[in-house]
Amino acid sequence: MTLSFPPSEKKPLEGLQPKGWLRYLSFSLDHKVIGLQYLICGFIFYLIGGALAGAIRIELTSPLSDFLERDVYNQVLTLHGTIMIFLWIVPVVNGAFGNYLIPFYVGARDMAFPRLNAVAFWLIPPAGLMLITSYFINGAAQSGWTAYPPLSITTPAAGQIIWILSVLLLGGSSIFGGINFIATILKLRRPGLKLMQLPMYCWAMLGTSILVVLSTPVLAGTLILLSFDIVAHTGFFNPELGGNVIVYQHLFWFYSHPAVYIMVLPAFGLVSEILPVHCRKPLFGYITMVYSIMGIVVLGLVVWAHHMFTSGTPPWMRLFFTIATAFIAVPTGIKFFNWVATLWGGKISLNSAILFSCGFIINFVLGGITGVALAQVPFDIHVHDTYFVVAHFHYIVYGGSVFVIFSSIYHWFPKFTGKLLNENLGRFHFLITFIGFNLCFAPQHWLGLNGMPRRVAEYDPQFTFVNQLSSIGALLMALSTLPFLWNVLQSLLKGPKSGDNPWKALTPEWLTSSPPPVENWLGEAPLVTEPYGYGKKKKIVLAIKSEKEDKENI
Amino acid sequence: MTTTTPLEKDSSPSSEEKKSDTEHSDHRMFGLVTFLVADGMTFAGFFAAYLTFKAVNPLLPDAIYELELPLPTLNTILLLVSSATFHRAGKALQNKDSNLCQKWLLVTAALGLAFLTSQMIEYFTLPFGLTDNLFASTFYALTGFHGLHVTLGSILILIVWWQARSPKGSLSHDNSFLLEAAELYWHFVDGIWVVLFIILYLL
Repeated sequence: MTLSFPPSEKKPLEGLQPKGWLRYLSFSLDHKVIGLQYLICGFIFYLIGGALAGAIRIELTSPLSDFLERDVYNQVLTLHGTIMIFLWIVPVVNGAFGNYLIPFYVGARDMAFPRLNAVAFWLIPPAGLMLITSYFINGAAQSGWTAYPPLSITTPAAGQIIWILSVLLLGGSSIFGGINFIATILKLRRPGLKLMQLPMYCWAMLGTSILVVLSTPVLAGTLILLSFDIVAHTGFFNPELGGNVIVYQHLFWFYSHPAVYIMVLPAFGLVSEILPVHCRKPLFGYITMVYSIMGIVVLGLVVWAHHMFTSGTPPWMRLFFTIATAFIAVPTGIKFFNWVATLWGGKISLNSAILFSCGFIINFVLGGITGVALAQVPFDIHVHDTYFVVAHFHYIVYGGSVFVIFSSIYHWFPKFTGKLLNENLGRFHFLITFIGFNLCFAPQHWLGLNGMPRRVAEYDPQFTFVNQLSSIGALLMALSTLPFLWNVLQSLLKGPKSGDNPWKALTPEWLTSSPPPVENWLGEAPLVTEPYGYGKKKKIVLAIKSEKEDKENI
Repeated sequence: MTTTTPLEKDSSPSSEEKKSDTEHSDHRMFGLVTFLVADGMTFAGFFAAYLTFKAVNPLLPDAIYELELPLPTLNTILLLVSSATFHRAGKALQNKDSNLCQKWLLVTAALGLAFLTSQMIEYFTLPFGLTDNLFASTFYALTGFHGLHVTLGSILILIVWWQARSPKGSLSHDNSFLLEAAELYWHFVDGIWVVLFIILYLL
């Protein structure tokens, strides 16, 4: 047998944190509290970043810059990108779900370094506040989330410096988190639990954390040099003083290409957890999944210059980075087919969680195809810095990561709160999100192919209609948040009780009460060697059903 | 169905707390090594930037960028010796000789401070300043970032010495994590200096 249920011996520990909702405002060391702190904090920033995106789309409904001044548009654009990447997706797919789930998956009571964990979270709110308030002090940074010099050196310095400081803080938070995840997954596994028996999200987080630890410090060093250029007037990246802007681009993309995998690899892991539960089948191709995650980690570190094909890259470099990028399609494709094969022939229950996961698979494959296209030098030169890139990027990070975040919230909400969400509202939420998202970003492929440049407040009047279409999609996306928020609020106030394991899942986090006690298990952590044993051995599923009787018998 | 043995019952709350504290072994050293990998990547980024500048960007015609060898060579010797003395301090602690350990720690801290002094002398005698040209800036950024590490390391050594000195301090032969961590960090900073010395002064 693969499962064992410990009898409850201990009384739940209350821990050293305040009771009730106040604990989410405290310096709690409980990984579950920290995970939810990340999630709630990230969602607030998502709403702010979404409002900024709304302002961008309103501005773009007409060819002239009549809603926002040009300078203000640039600031709004920079804040939108920075908030969504560094304050919403990276902290939520890594910090929120990672902190909540990883200790359960490895059978531990907490992360390896709980204090470091709390520090990593509490770096985020001040960094975010700093970034947003910079708008009200002489204006926020205007050079986009890439902060390319010489633009970032010549635009007003105050906003840019605050931007750099806040990204440095967020990078530090990310590195602390990464160290914690690596130590937890490699060192804190329950005795008897082998690496190849871990749920897939652990592998995804291990790969992501390796990327974080190896690449984020390079960004930090680069931004320190950039801040010297701005404050002390050194010339590292300033061609006027003999510096080299291309070096900045190389160093920046050495972090920021892996950053895309930092945003999407955990999402891969989360989908791999959600699909098997809701279609009652084992995850297809576990071993190939593990190898493709590690393949993506290795390849992800050596493809950065495909962002720089128009930056005077020499031909040999173009050739190398095109081929390396094309190779990434192989492990990614393996994962895609594994998910489809997992769904194939399963008893799929069409609930909100699986709808969002399937939405992810559809959007991600579209974003992946445009990604392979963008890796080809001739095509890339044609669409470089156009809306085609914007569309591709949003298909990956919104259609990919954000869909997975919503899917995960629907899946794990009963675990977080012990309450069920309303499925009909959830399906409605999915429907307008999916339609709105595709209406917003699919037309942007056309805009880009026809030459509409990105990051500019004004455009050629021939693009007006398609831009308005895109803005209607953005409106739908904004509205889609309302049923979700209503759903969560209603469920928290008067939602039906979910029971401990509403999905009859086999992964370890469901083998305790919902919400779980402090330190996760009343007795010893269960040893789960087959987290995806659905349909294989009926006894396992039966074992869960009769968990309570088992406890009494023992 | 196999049942895993539950934790032994322990009714007193203090021993329960103790158990959850000591339930897993100490992974602080693993965490430190991971952090040093990250820190090393920061230096790797700087080195890559410097080497690319050197390969691609010509020195502007009127720019002055000349380095003298004697002082940095002395610095290299100072740091290498300090690594050895730190190792001695660790050995002494293992042999339960706290006095000897404190002496070696003080010698190490003195060598670190001597390194910093010698670095400052070099800064003040060089014929170029921070913003004079690209290579001057890179030189100060690289050595300055390393100097920051040496400063933090010297403070850390003094903290370790303080803990070893006071009888109630958190350092003894069976609880020597603080010393081992500081020693690993110090060796790391030395290693970075050797690479930096080769790249910046010898190449």
